[in-house]
Amino acid sequence: MTLILRVSGRVLREEARVSGRRKEEAFLAKIIVVTSGKGGVGKTTTAAAFSAGLALRGHKTVVIDFDVGLRNLDLVMGCERRVVFDFINVINGDAKLNQALIKDKRNDNLFIFPTSQTRDKEALKREGVDRVLAELKESFDYIICDSPAGIEHGAITALYFADCAIIVTNPEVSSVRDSDRIIGILNSKSRRAERGETPVSVSLLLTRYAPDRVTKGEMLTVDDVKEILSIPLLGVIPESESVLRASNTGTPVVFDGESPAGHAYLDAVARFLGEQRELRFLKPDRRGLFRLIFGRA
Amino acid sequence: MAGNLVQGALFTVMVIRAGLLRDPAFDTELAEQVRRSPRFFKNAPVVLDLKAADGFGEVAEFAAAREILRRHTLTLVGIQNALPAQFEAAAAAGLASFAPNAREPSRRVRPEPEPAPEREAPAPLPPASPVGRTRLVTEPVRSGMQVYARGGDLVVLAPVSPGAEVAADGHIHIYGALRGRALAGASGDKDARIFCSRLEAELVSIAGRYLVSEQLPADRLNLAVQIALVDGRLTVTPN
Repeated sequence: MTLILRVSGRVLREEARVSGRRKEEAFLAKIIVVTSGKGGVGKTTTAAAFSAGLALRGHKTVVIDFDVGLRNLDLVMGCERRVVFDFINVINGDAKLNQALIKDKRNDNLFIFPTSQTRDKEALKREGVDRVLAELKESFDYIICDSPAGIEHGAITALYFADCAIIVTNPEVSSVRDSDRIIGILNSKSRRAERGETPVSVSLLLTRYAPDRVTKGEMLTVDDVKEILSIPLLGVIPESESVLRASNTGTPVVFDGESPAGHAYLDAVARFLGEQRELRFLKPDRRGLFRLIFGRA
Repeated sequence: MAGNLVQGALFTVMVIRAGLLRDPAFDTELAEQVRRSPRFFKNAPVVLDLKAADGFGEVAEFAAAREILRRHTLTLVGIQNALPAQFEAAAAAGLASFAPNAREPSRRVRPEPEPAPEREAPAPLPPASPVGRTRLVTEPVRSGMQVYARGGDLVVLAPVSPGAEVAADGHIHIYGALRGRALAGASGDKDARIFCSRLEAELVSIAGRYLVSEQLPADRLNLAVQIALVDGRLTVTPN
């Protein structure tokens, strides 16, 4: 175990130099919060998929679990058996950053920063988080903060330092209302808001979208949600069995080349990086329907 | 220390026209108002508006006014729009002066060469500035947010989300969809109206009268409408 940690620490330092060069080219590390207000809408799935997507595109990315006491990200990323030190240890100065960071085995650009399962949200001290994020900015291009649900201390701390926010929303009214609330909080309680700087850049990621249920009027349409939240749309992730499978096997869904959700996440990452990509998976899958009707015969 | 000695604060205070006190119907009408919302009127401060009022040059008249209001659980705290003689009598009766009042030069200890800007200086007194100011909101009003235009109108250039609340003492204009709550005439102005580009409200209210979403006329939903209080009933008409 110590060996692995030491190796990943050395790699980190080497890559820090690389990214230091990039910094001279005026690239500023970005802090992205993945948040929603409501629980169970797919924040951790999105944080995992999005960070893996950025890493696949060659950006050095770290994903931090802010859900202290309900540690899940390490499971979804498939590194739960490698966790020794965590975010809270580093905030409290009990461990060094490179002792706690876990390097992903599938992609060299991807690092996981797990949280503590035994502590609670009060352990997230703002000054400590600020210090850790500043240190991460030295060696990473993107810092993804996986927020806990709710609008209390944990969620506020996760969004406080953000430059960008990905609002994960399901196409149903309660999720939309909670997303709206969290956008209001981003606009008033983030550090950028408090300092009167350029506001946090907020975008919408609609997850668990089931086109056939939308057609039947059982779910809100993309346009309904866009109109109520009035923020730019980053992507629509179709409801897919592959997402659950990905979580259970600890593989971010973007590593599954067969998964429509994985492709939708990669599209969203591309749009985040400034590319134009047409929206996909908005219509019911005809082929799937055919298979459902005739496939059994 | 010295900086904390005097602090400014803003209050909402009832204003009663002095002439009304002599109206025979005033007593019963005020009694009726107080009976309807006793907690609102209990020991509430009142300013007497002396605009175009005859008399009130004697301390005794203010004492009488104070006694009348006391009977209705109200407390007379000051006067406004006083002539110099009325001003003196009110001061002698222990009543505070609320702007605006006619110039009273003898009140000044030091004669100032430029009295006009000096007069503006003691601003912390209540209704000096906030009254009649329109509040402009350019960003969406999101769930959980409250916006209140005190003493004036509210103009929102964006949607009002479900779970959000906008209120104004005057009119409310929403150039976007109204999906949350809107309360116009929040201090009791029955002439206040609500205008919106698209009616999907959870609740609309004018001067305390309200309709919840299921009471809104179905054929007006999703339309640009205005809402007014007509003969004590909230009416929704397309724009």
